Amino acid sequence: MEWETVIGLEVHVQLQTKSKIFSGASTAYGAEPNTQACDVSIALPGVLPVMNREAARLAVKFGLAIGAEINQTSVFARKNYFYPDLPKGYQISQYEIPVVGRGELEIDAGDGPKIIGITRAHLEEDAGKSLHENFDGFTGIDLNRAGTPLLEIVSEPDMRSAAEAVAYLRQLHALVRYLGISDGNMQEGSFRSDANVSIRPKGEQKLGTRAELKNINSFRFVEKAIRFEVERQIDILEDGGEIVQETRLYDADRDETRSMRSKEEAHDYRYFPDPDLPPLVLDDAFVAAVRDSLPELPHDRRHRFIDTLGLAPADAAQLTVEKSLADYFEAVVGATSAEPRIACNWVLGELGAALNQADIPVEDSRVDSAALAGLLDRIADNTISGKIAKDVFAAMWEGEGDADAVIAARGLKQITDSGAIESIVDGVLAECADQVRQYRDGNEKVIGFLVGQIMKQTQGKANPKQVNEILRRKLAP
Amino acid sequence: MHDYTITEHAEALRRGDYSSVELTRHHLDRVDAGEALNAFVTVTAEQALEQAAEADRNIRNGDAGPLSGIPMAHKDIFCTRGVLTTCGSRMLSNFVSPYDATVVTRLRDAGMVSLGKTNMDEFAMGSSNETSYYGPVKNPWSPDRVPGGSSGGSAAAVAARLAPLATATDTGGSIRQPAAMCGITGIKPSYGRVSRYGMIAFASSLDQGGVLTRSAEDAALVLQAMSGFDARDSTSLDLPVPDYGAGLGDDIAGKTIGLPKEFFGDGVEPAVAETVQAAIRELEALGARTVEVELPNSEVGIPCYYVLAPAEASSNLSRFDGVRYGHRAAEYDDLLDMYSRSRAEGFGEEVQRRIMIGTYVLSSGYYDAYYIKAQKLRRLIADDFTRAFEKCDIIAGPTAPGTAFPIGAKNDDPVAMYLNDIFTNSVNLAGLPGISVNAGFDADGLPIGLQLIGRYLDEATVLNVAHRFQLATDWHRRAPGGYA
Repeated sequence: MEWETVIGLEVHVQLQTKSKIFSGASTAYGAEPNTQACDVSIALPGVLPVMNREAARLAVKFGLAIGAEINQTSVFARKNYFYPDLPKGYQISQYEIPVVGRGELEIDAGDGPKIIGITRAHLEEDAGKSLHENFDGFTGIDLNRAGTPLLEIVSEPDMRSAAEAVAYLRQLHALVRYLGISDGNMQEGSFRSDANVSIRPKGEQKLGTRAELKNINSFRFVEKAIRFEVERQIDILEDGGEIVQETRLYDADRDETRSMRSKEEAHDYRYFPDPDLPPLVLDDAFVAAVRDSLPELPHDRRHRFIDTLGLAPADAAQLTVEKSLADYFEAVVGATSAEPRIACNWVLGELGAALNQADIPVEDSRVDSAALAGLLDRIADNTISGKIAKDVFAAMWEGEGDADAVIAARGLKQITDSGAIESIVDGVLAECADQVRQYRDGNEKVIGFLVGQIMKQTQGKANPKQVNEILRRKLAP
Repeated sequence: MHDYTITEHAEALRRGDYSSVELTRHHLDRVDAGEALNAFVTVTAEQALEQAAEADRNIRNGDAGPLSGIPMAHKDIFCTRGVLTTCGSRMLSNFVSPYDATVVTRLRDAGMVSLGKTNMDEFAMGSSNETSYYGPVKNPWSPDRVPGGSSGGSAAAVAARLAPLATATDTGGSIRQPAAMCGITGIKPSYGRVSRYGMIAFASSLDQGGVLTRSAEDAALVLQAMSGFDARDSTSLDLPVPDYGAGLGDDIAGKTIGLPKEFFGDGVEPAVAETVQAAIRELEALGARTVEVELPNSEVGIPCYYVLAPAEASSNLSRFDGVRYGHRAAEYDDLLDMYSRSRAEGFGEEVQRRIMIGTYVLSSGYYDAYYIKAQKLRRLIADDFTRAFEKCDIIAGPTAPGTAFPIGAKNDDPVAMYLNDIFTNSVNLAGLPGISVNAGFDADGLPIGLQLIGRYLDEATVLNVAHRFQLATDWHRRAPGGYA
């Protein structure tokens, strides 16, 4: 039988606020355990939550970016369960009325664009961490993370393959970073995903029983975990078995999923509206201000790069993954007389390679956008060739100054004096009588050899276009 | 000197008739002498004398307000920095709070001197102060009887003149009912008037801090200092607090007093009904008009309250898990066992009962039938009051259906105990201000409370009518024998 995979994703994104969602404690990562756990974070008797409006602003920013309806009145609810890293014995979340309603995200898993529905996104607080090492049989509790704002983004079951799931996650990851609402750091847990996976016979409309995969915190693991889970479900169904609804944990070391708890063991979270927090009311002005603060969205920018700057779709997509990269590119285009296409090649080519090698973000580039624009100008005005420009770029990267300074210091200025080029050409033609004859006998390829000789004599500085013109003129019968 | 009002003390302190240290020492001596009442869980004598000395310096320097140097006590539900804060529970019998509740800070900033922490029903769950881990409090009017609850320690301390006033909290009647049973004055302001920050939560949407005093005049002074917006409590009202003293003495002629017929039915002890009727005649003599009003949904007040309050409590008390502070069982097998044993040992029977009721009504499959239904009833109850206040300025009736009952009398019958709050808890459900003032005594010499309920945010009228009643009568001046 042919099976169809159905995947829905729940992603927890830590929002980039300075303080926690319901208290003034810092959210910075990596501090000594419990040094960022204030009275509210450790849930002392008598303490109360106060909403951090910045978290709401970031949530609304996301909502507007995915074209979602914003619920201007949303309600915080308590999700009750006991766990040592959950200090109040309940998590403050949103249940019946989330701040962000239905929206959508366009992905491309390599076979063209596809729209994935986003059911909702709601605000909630993160839990602390349980530490099991080095406590002599006890468990350590670090509440620094408790109360960090999260946006839980729930998708529709619209994905049909592990590749689509990964494409969705990459797109979402790029978007939250692009919007500046999260650092998206997956190692530090800023972007965590759970996958609901089921299969059904191809053509069937009814959804199969799903398993929820937890703890899959890299794009690679998402793909592997889903692949494993789909195979597991197919094996069960083809052996005449039944899928049980359950939560499964992905074990990256063994590359397998295993059962954590079944539906019967599922918690009854006893959600009810949190009486300590009035409904979150966002007036029209608040939403309008967030809307005004939205940058041009990656999707729109990508299309503008293609339609008005003439970039190839793949290049436009690559440039718009990171807002900072797209900003850099546009700054270069704005400051140079070179074609946008040339600027794109340089940003994705030489610059990208240099950034990769140095392992630094574009914001920290050793060649800023103005300097790169200056270099491209020297290509455009024929001061140097593209080939020489790569050496100049390398020198600029090493801190030898701007393009003009490097060109002057190294004497790389292109020879564009026709008379000078002409006399060099004459000399070469005189030395290479054999090749001249071959050319005139019809072997046009030999012109490459002759150009090479001329470039050798000028250390590559002769303007290639002029060399070609003069050479062809002189070789003409 | 322990019979003086706060204003009289303040004047005496300013004149130098006695110092705050002397006044404080006098009350600390009375606290010692009244130890048999079991009104206090913790007495902070040393700290109190330091605070009093500081107040004396401020008074000498002319840097004193109307509450400077006045001794008082805090219900042990308010967190006090560096001082044991038990909430009447074994669960918190080892909890020294690292911070002060907003109410504690405000009264301290006003220069008040805290004598210590008063006994209370465990986590404020009770109407007799018998559920306390620290044992029952005795009623100063009759030591074999309860003082009411949950603020029983505060009420007994004020009635016995161990302190001129004490803070208290009221979720379903816990200020007004013990005020009635101890023959004193107790005001619960509108929900949101007094910050709940640092006040250990029982039922967040109903809990409200207030004060127990011997007069409405004193209550107005202290409430003024306690009230007002607190950025740390999202449910506190960001509204200016009116000057409660300003209209306190206003004539009440022409005011309309609503008498809900549901408050004068069969369930009320005859002595209570007669005394309250007499008090209402007194108000009429002062020029007030009376009109009958209806609160048709008041009969569902108790069931509504006993769904919502336990629901919130079951969640609020989840933080007491033995992990970070509070009682943890000495031995346990695993995490679940640690939770179970710590909570089974740390919480008393009544608290456990309410946690179970609350957990049940929030459970999947029961939520709509109980919690949602109760929320709808709560709305109807509040609407009843709104309609009633179209016909009157203030509502009057008994605070509780009976007088103080013998210790142990209702322990086996939770529902009978819950009915003590039948006239008070609908006021919490509606978020309104209410006061109880002493209106007389039954044949056994036990005090009887008159409850006055005001419009939302209208504490001023409540205090005004109560004060005029106290100017015309002297019930509030009566002290229990042996404590005069």
